[in-house]
Amino acid sequence: MKNEALFRYLLRLGDDSLILGQRLAEWCGHGPILEEDIAMTNISLDLIGQAMSLLDYAGVIEGKERNCDKLGLLRYEKEYVNVLLVEQPNGDFGDTIMRQFLFDAFRKPLYEKLVNSSDKQLAAIAEKSLKETRYHLKHSSEWVIRLGDGTEESHERVQNSLDTLWRFADELFYTDEVEAQLTGEGILPDLSEIKTEWESTVKHVFSEATLEIPANNWKFEGGRKGRHSEHFGHLLSELQYMQRAYPNMEW
Amino acid sequence: MVSKEQIYNWLEEVSDPEIPVLSVIDLGVIRDAKNIDGEWLITITPTYSGCPAMKTMEEDILSKLKTKGIDTARVELVLAPAWSTDWLSENGRVKLREYGIAPPEHEVDKSVLFAAPTIVPCPKCHSKNTRMVSQFGSTACKAMYQCNDCQEPYDYFKCLK
Ligand SMILES: [Zn+2]
Repeated sequence: MKNEALFRYLLRLGDDSLILGQRLAEWCGHGPILEEDIAMTNISLDLIGQAMSLLDYAGVIEGKERNCDKLGLLRYEKEYVNVLLVEQPNGDFGDTIMRQFLFDAFRKPLYEKLVNSSDKQLAAIAEKSLKETRYHLKHSSEWVIRLGDGTEESHERVQNSLDTLWRFADELFYTDEVEAQLTGEGILPDLSEIKTEWESTVKHVFSEATLEIPANNWKFEGGRKGRHSEHFGHLLSELQYMQRAYPNMEW
Repeated sequence: MVSKEQIYNWLEEVSDPEIPVLSVIDLGVIRDAKNIDGEWLITITPTYSGCPAMKTMEEDILSKLKTKGIDTARVELVLAPAWSTDWLSENGRVKLREYGIAPPEHEVDKSVLFAAPTIVPCPKCHSKNTRMVSQFGSTACKAMYQCNDCQEPYDYFKCLK
């Protein structure tokens, strides 16, 4: 393999996009209003498109002729390295929006940094994805504010969403030898400012939304090491159904 | 030998599968055409990462070239530089408006939360008294608008830079 750390890093980004895209796709036909049904499936499509670019490139780096379909649809549960946040169930619309906001607020500054990667293809994927992610973050931020600073019921429910999902946010900033090596090689720019920017976005939006960040500091992680929540197996069985039932099928 | 210009002229006959009034040239997704040792390499770039029309465009391009007698050609997808609505041709903007889709305004999207949405004139009555219904529309590249004067609901080909 040309660069194992790069392969592993691309899987991390690709799996996050793929799994969140799959979750959002579950809303198709079930959105609370038509416009949001369409918005969530549009965002899903962007994320799945980004996942295809990332996983295809991971396959090139790996050099074993695995493309985005093989990597995305034919690995076993413990081989997926997405963060636990993105596999959490959709819940109600507020839960979905809160999960999306925590993720978008991280992805935007990350892509802004990755545009400067010394790896040309990673930089190109980031440049393309950044334009889409700006729209996603605007959409999720506005909904968090609308629901938080909305009616008594919407406020209470979206505060509950935040209380439930907050424990998964820290894993977005998980790093280990993979990131360290890539930073050393100049492929990853300095990622330390991303958390600062994420915190400032999150604080700003929550204050507009009159929402309180939970006082407890529980942190859940494991996804990056292939340890997933119970929900994940169910998600995979749907995601992988066609390839498992009809091996190597193509559209 | 066939010229690059000739290839571009032929590609004017290949339409965007989702907005058939636009050709792939109007859309600005064709980035290059080169002849390498007798084989034509057509470079295209996606409008959005997940645009489901790219595969169809690739097939349509190859089959169009075949009807023109070009048998050895292939299409390569590149991501950089990333597609921008600035690449839509002037001709394409006129065609969009006639088709009932408002073309992109030359304006960078405001990232300010709840900023007043871009003013997009109604493609039917040209009124500027319109409102955005949703930032996301029937395809990845469009937003939904409605005219407050003639009530026409319409698509806006949203700005991406
Ligand atoms: Zn009108």
